[in-house]
Amino acid sequence: MRRYFGRKLLTYGITFFVAATIDWLIPRFMPGDPVASLVSRTNGISPESAKALYDYYNNLFGLNQPLPVQYLNFWVALLHGNLGLSVYGHGTSVTEMIMAAVPYTLALLIPAILLSWWAGNSFGALAARRKWLDSTVLPMGYILTATPYMWLALVLSFLLAFSWRMFPLSGGYGFNLEPTLTWLFFTDLVAHWVLPFLSLFLVMFGGWAIGMRNMIIYELESDYSRYLEVLGAPQSLVRKYAFRNAMLPQITGLALQLGVIIGGQLVTEIVFSYPGLGHLVFAAIQSADYFLLQGIFLFIIVGVLVANFLVDIVYVIVDPRVRVSMTGGTA
Amino acid sequence: MQLGKSRVLALLAAASIVASACGSSSASPTPGATPAPGTPAPNATPAPTPAPEASATGLPATDTTVYPREQTLYTSGKQWGAPSTWNPLDGNAAMGVVGLQYETLFLYDPIKDAYTPWLASAGAWDSAKTTYTITPRTGVKWSDGSAFTAADVAFSLNAYQNKALGSTLFNFVDKVTVAGDTVVVTFKGTPAYQEWMSSLYNLPMVPAAIFTAKNTADIFKFTNPNGVGTGPYTYKTAAQDRMVWVKNPNWWATAALNLNVAPTYIVDIVNSSNNVALGQLLSGGLDLDNNYLPGIAQIVNGGYNVTTYYAGPPYMLSGNTAWLVPNTKKKPLDDPAFRKALAESINPQSVVVKDYGNIVAAADPTGLLPVWSKYIDTAQVKALGSPFNTAKAKADLKAAGYKLGSDGFVTNKDGSAIKLNLEVPDGWSDWMQAETLIAADAALAGIKINPIHPDYNTVVADRNGTDKAAPTFDLVINNDVQIGNTPWTYYDYIFRQPQIAAGPARNRNFEQYDNATAWALVQKLDQTPTDDLATMKSICSQLQKIQLTDMPIIPLWYNGEWSQVSNNVWTNWPSDKGAQIQPATWNGYWQMGAIYMLTNLKAVPKS
Repeated sequence: MRRYFGRKLLTYGITFFVAATIDWLIPRFMPGDPVASLVSRTNGISPESAKALYDYYNNLFGLNQPLPVQYLNFWVALLHGNLGLSVYGHGTSVTEMIMAAVPYTLALLIPAILLSWWAGNSFGALAARRKWLDSTVLPMGYILTATPYMWLALVLSFLLAFSWRMFPLSGGYGFNLEPTLTWLFFTDLVAHWVLPFLSLFLVMFGGWAIGMRNMIIYELESDYSRYLEVLGAPQSLVRKYAFRNAMLPQITGLALQLGVIIGGQLVTEIVFSYPGLGHLVFAAIQSADYFLLQGIFLFIIVGVLVANFLVDIVYVIVDPRVRVSMTGGTA
Repeated sequence: MQLGKSRVLALLAAASIVASACGSSSASPTPGATPAPGTPAPNATPAPTPAPEASATGLPATDTTVYPREQTLYTSGKQWGAPSTWNPLDGNAAMGVVGLQYETLFLYDPIKDAYTPWLASAGAWDSAKTTYTITPRTGVKWSDGSAFTAADVAFSLNAYQNKALGSTLFNFVDKVTVAGDTVVVTFKGTPAYQEWMSSLYNLPMVPAAIFTAKNTADIFKFTNPNGVGTGPYTYKTAAQDRMVWVKNPNWWATAALNLNVAPTYIVDIVNSSNNVALGQLLSGGLDLDNNYLPGIAQIVNGGYNVTTYYAGPPYMLSGNTAWLVPNTKKKPLDDPAFRKALAESINPQSVVVKDYGNIVAAADPTGLLPVWSKYIDTAQVKALGSPFNTAKAKADLKAAGYKLGSDGFVTNKDGSAIKLNLEVPDGWSDWMQAETLIAADAALAGIKINPIHPDYNTVVADRNGTDKAAPTFDLVINNDVQIGNTPWTYYDYIFRQPQIAAGPARNRNFEQYDNATAWALVQKLDQTPTDDLATMKSICSQLQKIQLTDMPIIPLWYNGEWSQVSNNVWTNWPSDKGAQIQPATWNGYWQMGAIYMLTNLKAVPKS
């Protein structure tokens, strides 16, 4: 067991180092000088003020140092848990900005992933057994899973928010409210959460449902199912075993899908002006904010790695074969 | 399905670990509710002081965390990112910091060309016009209750000696001293009257008691949330997507000038995408939108209760001039004859109609904004101007020695091909369409323009150059200089000498045009008193002559002072038929009279 996790952790460590380095490099390949642009946006100021502002920010962000020194500074700061200062935020700490956005992103992401995974798998398993479901609702799944997140988000926003006024159009909570521990604020928060959640949930739901349905049909056709049936085992037992076996690829799929899901999450947030990480990424790209971009991506990298690690653990729990092989036994 | 459930539970548990591993205290949907500990963070930090509505019993008379719709003005347009500093000396301060919270000595109305005493009750030159005396208004209080004094005025002006602020004020101001109840300003040589009068309505007055210790090399590190100002609003709260102001019940102008701002709350929404802004405006969630919204003419006529300053074209006031800037250090753009032919080949009216749907107006050949029309020498413009005329452009090119190449486009005099890149930032959809129209116009006259739209940073780098490389652009569109009290700002923008070194500080004379005579005139204009209209006109006329003859920069159209308002909750907005007031929330506009917009607004009675 220790060797298994030790190897995993080493892999994750190397992945992290490489990813963080690429993460540091990529924004610096972007053309132009972010601080010059920042200064240029404060139009109308005198050339003397422009120079003063430029020097101030350049010094603040440490961009006046040679690149290798900047890279070294990046690691030193990172090991101190410091992600630097944001150009877009005019010198606000990146950690602070990310922390303000993270609750929104997680509140969308975690329920959307888990609920869609659970609902999609249950529904897919059910569809494999009900002809009418298979031929009516499943095609919907195909359409949903092929739908770009952004497009679905725009449609939902237009219909449910703009035309029918069932949900608010944008933002994390009403512009007429301040965060308080009140029922009013809570319901408002939920109302703003519904549409972005739904956009993510529906697309992912379709994917899981189709996957599960196909897996179940495959498992029910396999030798062990046939053998059980011949032995006279009840249908429910056969399906239970089929479901268990079909589950494993779906768990792997979850791990593989995480990156894609986060990509979808980013565009969904932009459509709804939802104040999560996606919204920040968009702003960071627009103002070529190296620090904010690399901070957010680093955060996402760590998130995906941690989630993958957790899926590894879950795998050990749900698949007895892995457990047995790790303890040296033979199946 | 017992096992299935336990798997889900396992995953849920796993998820909660993810959440905590990622540093979030909770994955439950209560985001933004926890203020960042101890730091003046821009994220949802409520003001620590009780709002003025709190009753004497300590219990809030009304819930101040819920802003009633009929008392709240929703605005958008100024803020391109989360509010991050409330320091009025920082150009990046949040919407309203200067204007709503910190005020200036005077207001300036560009439509009437008039200065109104504000925090100063008077300001006057001595008879020789070499010394300016400011009389601070009595009875003005800072929001912490202390009195606003002559010492505050002197401090606020002297603060600009701080090199970190990079101000030009002390290039021409010699000394600012308190003399009794007044403040006396002396100048180095002839005062730069135009710049000085501009300072009077642009420089915010700050409390000396608070800012003295802060005005160091690190002045920009002072973010000053919940600061102490004299204005009609105080800081309520701010978050990633908003800035909220609450009415200051003790605003001096209520007693002194019988002025009362109508909205109790102002919520400024950070700009998002066009679809969100438009949706907010149409659904009544936004009262004043200062963003460019394409197709607003249809919306105004579409029964949405949305109006603009003018009911018909150009719908908006003009806020600045969009110029076509040629790189005069490159062939063939170094040739005035070529630049004139280029100007003649372009039809700004086609941009006005096809691109903007008539919500902007074509620029005057001098480029001066409508508010400066009195400085335009119209007879001279008629004689020397280069109005749109494709045939004349072709003829002029031929006369200047530019021959047509085999592809039908003119070539350099040495026979090499001409292909000019015209750059505008990617995503600026109105300008992207404009550059296509300009290229099409120029092609008809035989000038090959290649419209490109790299990202904003590239445009800035190409336009400004760096300390290692000269500017590389051929043509860009630029509108950096805004409406104000003097056409001097425009001429300084065009003719500035000496050339500012390539790099980020280059923000004048992008075309790199050298003309010592013109620059001497610009300086002379600066040193002409603002009430000496005859001299100002005469100097402007001479500058226009140079401009029209040499065409260092080509005026295209007047970018609008984008402002679309909803009349669902608030009415009596500025318009040409009603109160002629600047309807914008951007930097500088509150002092250009937009503050009166707030005192004029009327709540629509609930039906």
